[in-house]
Amino acid sequence: MSSSLVTPASARLPQGRARSFRERLKAGDEAAYVLTLACAASIVLVTAWLAFELWKNSALSRHAFGWSFLFTKTWDPVAGQFGALPFIYGTLVTSALALLLAVPLGVGAAIFLAELAPPRISDALAFLIELLAAVPSVIFGLLGIFIMVPILRSAEPWLKGALGFLPLFQGPFYGVSLLAAGVVLAIMIVPFIISISREVLLAVPSDQREAALAVGATRWESTWDIVVPFARKGIMGSIFLALARALGETMAVTMVIGNDPKISASLLAPGYSIAAVIANEFTEATGDLYLSALIELGLVLFALTFVINGVARLLILTTTGRGTAQ
Amino acid sequence: MNVHLIRRKAVNVAMLSLTGVCTVLAVGVLFFILGYLVWNGGTSLSWNFFTKLPTPVGEAGGGMANAIVGSAKLLLLATLIGVPTGFLGGVYLAEFGGTVFSSIVRYTTDLLNGVPSIVMGIFAYTLIVLPQRHFSALAGGIALGIMMIPITLRSSEEFLRAVPMALREAAMALGASKTTAVVTVVIPAAIHGIATGIMLALARVAGETAPLLFTAFSNRFWSPGWRQPTASLPVMIYTYAIAPYEDWHRQAWSAAFVLLSLVLIVNILARVILSRNRHVRR
Repeated sequence: MSSSLVTPASARLPQGRARSFRERLKAGDEAAYVLTLACAASIVLVTAWLAFELWKNSALSRHAFGWSFLFTKTWDPVAGQFGALPFIYGTLVTSALALLLAVPLGVGAAIFLAELAPPRISDALAFLIELLAAVPSVIFGLLGIFIMVPILRSAEPWLKGALGFLPLFQGPFYGVSLLAAGVVLAIMIVPFIISISREVLLAVPSDQREAALAVGATRWESTWDIVVPFARKGIMGSIFLALARALGETMAVTMVIGNDPKISASLLAPGYSIAAVIANEFTEATGDLYLSALIELGLVLFALTFVINGVARLLILTTTGRGTAQ
Repeated sequence: MNVHLIRRKAVNVAMLSLTGVCTVLAVGVLFFILGYLVWNGGTSLSWNFFTKLPTPVGEAGGGMANAIVGSAKLLLLATLIGVPTGFLGGVYLAEFGGTVFSSIVRYTTDLLNGVPSIVMGIFAYTLIVLPQRHFSALAGGIALGIMMIPITLRSSEEFLRAVPMALREAAMALGASKTTAVVTVVIPAAIHGIATGIMLALARVAGETAPLLFTAFSNRFWSPGWRQPTASLPVMIYTYAIAPYEDWHRQAWSAAFVLLSLVLIVNILARVILSRNRHVRR
């Protein structure tokens, strides 16, 4: 009697994989699986498609210039001569400058937030810093043009006085320059470095700190010699992530870099970046070769950020156990 | 006292204060930006900004009504593309995933998220603008929509994962199929988080300028339908900021004020909701 009550019920119960394909289809499981799988797969598809479109549409320029595209200085749309070197130079110099300014500031602030500040204050400040990361880049550009460039211009005598002996700080200065772009970029990437490094530092087990303090280390020594090395990979990851952002940043850089395709040793001179030249010249690109050269610049930028982001995600993944840290 | 010890203590105090200075600097920048924008943008904001079209060069006044509507249209289209795809993809990773394929998807998502927005613009350009031979709201919306997919996908996945396994097991123990369990139990439990994730994604693409420059382009008039060039707030800020007219700069500040207010309000709301939910869950 009792067994006749139990058996039919257990027979009706869906047993996960044991159920037939038709049953799963009827319950909607197969349909849901296929639908969600298609959406997930679309990500991979879109990425591959993006790479393919960039590759296909830059064919003209790739065939015309080959690898020398990357090492040629001339960018002359009228003569049909396209070389990416000034833009690559500008992109790398501004990003390097941004890292130089942002890394000490960002890592310092992350150490303060993770190691010193009381949790409540740390959370509140981290919240504010995340808001800073949400400010659209065009607004940074606006502030760059109307506030930072004038400030830099008035700081010129002081800059030249203190650092003028270096070739980096010589020559005429109009405000819009590689220096201005680097400083704006630094302000924009600091929040990323802070919030990810803070998370990574917070993930360091506290017995590491306690052990250091127990053997007589000062607070700073425990932080700098024990905690930071422990979190080193994650911090490096945050820096790579910030670097990828700086390389691809368009609006703010376009508005303050000066947009002059020249290579000059001085940071005070105007320059040009890959993203900026695409933003400025894409709509006016007359002729297929011109457009194709701009798309090849896009391909270069894509490849560059793709590789750097890939490294960054791996580094963060190995320290915090997850790939996203935003 | 021991000189060595004194030196170590001095280094300790000096370096720790230095980290504090770093924090003050970083947070100070935010307040500076906010303060300057409110002071400069808020004062030049008027009702006309929301209701009037841009005036021709040299004529004072006018507003950006068309850009506000244009931004709304672009965001609507982006939501239609990005949210369903991202959300369902997130459901796959959280509920059906666990294979090599889902790690590939996850990794690619993060990489796609890091692709510079201007490259997304080129992508939409080659897909839509090049075959159609004209700029359109459609192309701009698609560029923004593609950018929304990875953001929505990752946040949806995270919030679905945070739903306790016991809820799924309870639903399935009652005889629900996997789909029924996910649709009626798991998704409702995570819906607040998912919704805030979508809001954050919207706030992020709302400020994007680069992908719109050569997809939606710009327009000084109303642009009905989806097949015409369309003005948007970020692009207007850009064009007005680099123009040499004093009056346009003032308008750019107003637009920046409006855009930043929207973005920050959405961000603050979303994060407050998230932190409240997190407390409940513990």
